[in-house]
Amino acid sequence: MSMTSPLGTVATGLQAHYATVFVFILVGFVFAGIALGVAKLLRPSNPSPAKQSTYECGEVPIGSSWVRFNVRFYLVALFFIVFDVEVIFLYPWAVVFKQLFPVPGMGAIVFWEMIIFLAILALGLAYVWVKGDLDWVKKLAQRTAMTPAPAAAAEEEVPAS
Amino acid sequence: MTGDLIFILLALLTLVPAVWVVMSRNLVHAGFGLLFTLFGAAGLYAYMGADFIAVAQLMVYIGGVLVLVLFTVMMTHVPRSHGNHGYDRYVPASVFALLTFGVLYKTITSVNWSASTSPAEPTIARIGAQIMTDFIFPFEYVSLVLLAAMIGAALLTREERPAGPANAAKDTEVAP
Repeated sequence: MSMTSPLGTVATGLQAHYATVFVFILVGFVFAGIALGVAKLLRPSNPSPAKQSTYECGEVPIGSSWVRFNVRFYLVALFFIVFDVEVIFLYPWAVVFKQLFPVPGMGAIVFWEMIIFLAILALGLAYVWVKGDLDWVKKLAQRTAMTPAPAAAAEEEVPAS
Repeated sequence: MTGDLIFILLALLTLVPAVWVVMSRNLVHAGFGLLFTLFGAAGLYAYMGADFIAVAQLMVYIGGVLVLVLFTVMMTHVPRSHGNHGYDRYVPASVFALLTFGVLYKTITSVNWSASTSPAEPTIARIGAQIMTDFIFPFEYVSLVLLAAMIGAALLTREERPAGPANAAKDTEVAP
C-alpha cells in the first residue's frame, strides 16, 4: 500500500488504515477549499444592506431570528441519540457476526442476543409512538380545531416576527 | 518524527477550537467550535489505537450529541450578548477548572505509561466477541438503560398543559 510510506517504518497495519483515512480527510478539505477559494477569487464582491439582510422569502425580516424553538425538536434529537447509541453497539456485533454465527452452540446466542437488544429498544419506540410523542402534525391539527386563528400561526416553527 | 507531528496537529485541532468554544460570545459559534474539538478528540483516540472509541466519538458525539447541543441552544432564547456579563463567574469557574486540572494531572502522573507501549491492534472484533460471550447481560442492560432514557425523555417533555390560544403562542415565543 503506497499510503504507508509517509509513516515510514513505524506503520503497522492499523496505522496504514488510518493513513488512508487521513488522506481521505485531507482530500475532502482540499476539495472544498479549492471549490470555495476559486469561487471567492472569481466572484465580484459588492455587498449592500439589502443583500446582507436575513433571507425571508422576499419579506423584510422583523425582529431577531433568535427565537425559542419548540421542545419537540429536542425530543426528536434525544430519540435520535438513543438509536445512535444502538447503532454503536450493532457495529462490533456486525463485525464478528460472520465468524461467530457458524460456531456450534454460538449461532443462536449471537443472533437472538441482538434480536432481544433490538426488541427492547423497539418497545421504547412503540411506547413513544403509541403515546403520541412522535406526532408532530396531530397536535397542531387539534389546536387548529380548537382555536383557529392563533393556532394557525403556531404551525410555523420559525415565525417571521 | 511523523507520529509526533500527527499528534501535535490533532492536539491543536482539539485545543484551538476548545478555546474558541470558551471565549465565544455566540452560543451557536460555540456549538460549531465543539464540532472541531470533538473531531480532534476522535482523531486522538484513533491515534492511540482506540478505534472503537474513535468511531463511537464520531457517531455519538459529532453525529448525535452535537445536534442535541445545537437544539438546546435553539431553545435557550438568549439573544446575542455584547456586554461583559459572565465575568462575575470567573472566580467559581477558575476554582472548578483548577480542581478538574488537579484531578486530571494526578491521574496522568499516576499511570505507568511504559506498560502500554504494545503496538495498536484493531479492537472492534474483540469487543464484539466479548459482547457475545462474557458480557451478554451487561449488553442487554444497556438496552434497558437506553429504553429508560427514551421513556424518560418522552415523559419530561410531554405537554401537560391543555391546548389553547395562550399555550399555542407560547411555543413560538420570539425574542424581544
